[in-house]
Amino acid sequence: MGYRGKIGLFIPCYVNTVFPEVGIATYKLLTHLGIDVDYPVDQTCCGQPMANAGFEEKSVPLIHKFNELFDKYDYVVGPSASCVAFVKENHPHILEAHGQHACQMSGKIYEVCEFLHDIVKVEALPGAFPHKVSVHNSCHGVRELHLSSPSELHRPRYSKIKDLLSLKEGVEVFEPQRVDECCGFGGMFAVEEDAVSVQMGKDKLRNHMATGAEFVTGADSSCLMHMQGIARRENLPIQFIHVVEILVAGL
Amino acid sequence: MKKETHIHAAERFLSNKKNAEWHDETLWQTRTKRDRQAALIPEWEQLRELASKIKMHTITHLDRYLEQFATAAEKNGATVHWAKDAAEHNAIVLQILQQHEASKLVKSKSMLTEECNLNPFLFEKGIDVVESDLGERILQLMDIPPSHIVMPAIHIQREDVGKLFEEKLQTEKGNADPTYLTRAMRQCLREKFLASTVAMTGANFGIAETGDVVVCTNEANADMGTSSAKVHIVSMGIEKVIPSHDALSVFVRLLARSATGQPSTSYTSHYQKPQKGGELHIILVDNGRSDNLADKDHIQTLKCIRCGACMNTCPVYRRSGGYSYSYFIPGPIGINLGMLKDPKNYYTNLSACTLCFSCNSVCPVQVDLGNQIYKWRQGLNAIGKANRTKKVMSDGMRMMFQQSGVYHAAVKAAPLMNLMPRALIYCKANKWGIGREVPQFAKQSFTSWWKKEVQKR
Repeated sequence: MGYRGKIGLFIPCYVNTVFPEVGIATYKLLTHLGIDVDYPVDQTCCGQPMANAGFEEKSVPLIHKFNELFDKYDYVVGPSASCVAFVKENHPHILEAHGQHACQMSGKIYEVCEFLHDIVKVEALPGAFPHKVSVHNSCHGVRELHLSSPSELHRPRYSKIKDLLSLKEGVEVFEPQRVDECCGFGGMFAVEEDAVSVQMGKDKLRNHMATGAEFVTGADSSCLMHMQGIARRENLPIQFIHVVEILVAGL
Repeated sequence: MKKETHIHAAERFLSNKKNAEWHDETLWQTRTKRDRQAALIPEWEQLRELASKIKMHTITHLDRYLEQFATAAEKNGATVHWAKDAAEHNAIVLQILQQHEASKLVKSKSMLTEECNLNPFLFEKGIDVVESDLGERILQLMDIPPSHIVMPAIHIQREDVGKLFEEKLQTEKGNADPTYLTRAMRQCLREKFLASTVAMTGANFGIAETGDVVVCTNEANADMGTSSAKVHIVSMGIEKVIPSHDALSVFVRLLARSATGQPSTSYTSHYQKPQKGGELHIILVDNGRSDNLADKDHIQTLKCIRCGACMNTCPVYRRSGGYSYSYFIPGPIGINLGMLKDPKNYYTNLSACTLCFSCNSVCPVQVDLGNQIYKWRQGLNAIGKANRTKKVMSDGMRMMFQQSGVYHAAVKAAPLMNLMPRALIYCKANKWGIGREVPQFAKQSFTSWWKKEVQKR
């Protein structure tokens, strides 16, 4: 493994409160791989919800706080592609726009699958997950963090999530039709444009379920949360699980 | 009159479930065809990159290229007119028509003339305008605007066209066969073509080195029009100029593949000289474009070649339809162009985006459409158009997240939310709950788990 150093665990606010099991799985998986993991308990939110809604300036104090808390680590790793992408892609230009110093976080923050795939270069994982899963290629995971090749681009096809899942015994991996079409979450979009958002979610779920999968899995719990809300309302026979929860199964 | 917001128009569009589903699938098919065509070109991504650079170069040297274009065009025998806005453009068209005592104008499809509101202007002056593109003609007979910039009548189903033609063209009752209906329209239009003295087209490209205008169509209606009439008026936005035929070779490979998933349009017509004994008028229209040149956040929209690929891929456009946007151009490019035109008038379209960035990736000239929508949202507060609920929510979040103590207290209290009665949670104010169940807060947050299980060890 080509990796050394201490990592700071970034557990986004909604993962902390709604999906703590995803945070726990991330911690267990990383420590199982012999990685030195710390969790700065004073962390809160990366600032994405207000910035995407049009209030970038309200995220500035949160960006400062984020930088202070995570400055001392060699890597920052989080189980949420969208939040990580926000720190990586948007923190630097927001600070710049508000006349602040350059942001160091961009070069050392990783979404957990990306970190395992590109930095730790995991080649084997014990434990089995004998289920059919459909991979949810989230927009920010695909088009900002490049976890898989965007369907729009004429480039060689790859998927870091599928690579990692292939290490696990028993898991059967599928992908939906319209492989990386948005599920309609979109932060405040979900409540502001709720009609379109719910329709997008229903369509996405139909495509996931058509694969015959028992679970929808992905690197973004926010997308999963939105689709889960629809599945519960519509009584759809499909479950949701974060990729790290599959990777940690049986460890 | 207060315009309907995208949110409400989209809701209305989706309430006709069958139609909405059909619209989504139809547009998605176009996106799929585009993907297949792109995949056949190994250098597709290099072409996009090159096209973006050529456009950026041209629009940042626009003074030079426009002059070169105008000089070359005039040398070819064309008359070049400069219009600073829509009113000037329309006045020039009218003047040319009057000079030729024409009471009729046969037009091929042009979004610029939509932008200038040319047709209503000419009708008022007693000119009969005939749209000759099949889709545009259908819409003209229905008296409704286009819902898409490339496939203007894509939202109309063939049965509705059949009914319309029964009434307007006396076609057979109940016959909605596309070939039959197209033939009927062709018969009807042929007479109009032959009787017209003035024809009008838009322009996909203007070539600076040679002064020719390039028009890409599938129906040859532009060519019919310009061949039958002695006078040809071209309405062209100043950003349509490109340096050379070499540059054109990049764009024609991208345009039809991106737009409709065809390797090329059926007709790519080059207009260089007036007909023998005729006239060729080229109207170069600014109408706000030169102001956009100075806007570093949004200058990239001037690269747009109006292929419509961003609409076909946009998951929101496909599920809300072209009429759900208040600007005459819908979808990601329309949101941006509307904001450039008049932010206070068109800002409500900004909600129609999940920031999925699919538009950025399909755009043949790499316009950063999604990023620009994000940037426009940042400016809403300054013009007093920020959404109050979102502002309050954002303020609340900042206060809570800035103070770890407040956040931790909120995290601890969160599971109590699960105990709230259903009627309180699923009230009108909670738009999340209209179509979804709300997430359950965990009994123990990750932070509590960490403190208990890891820190204490």
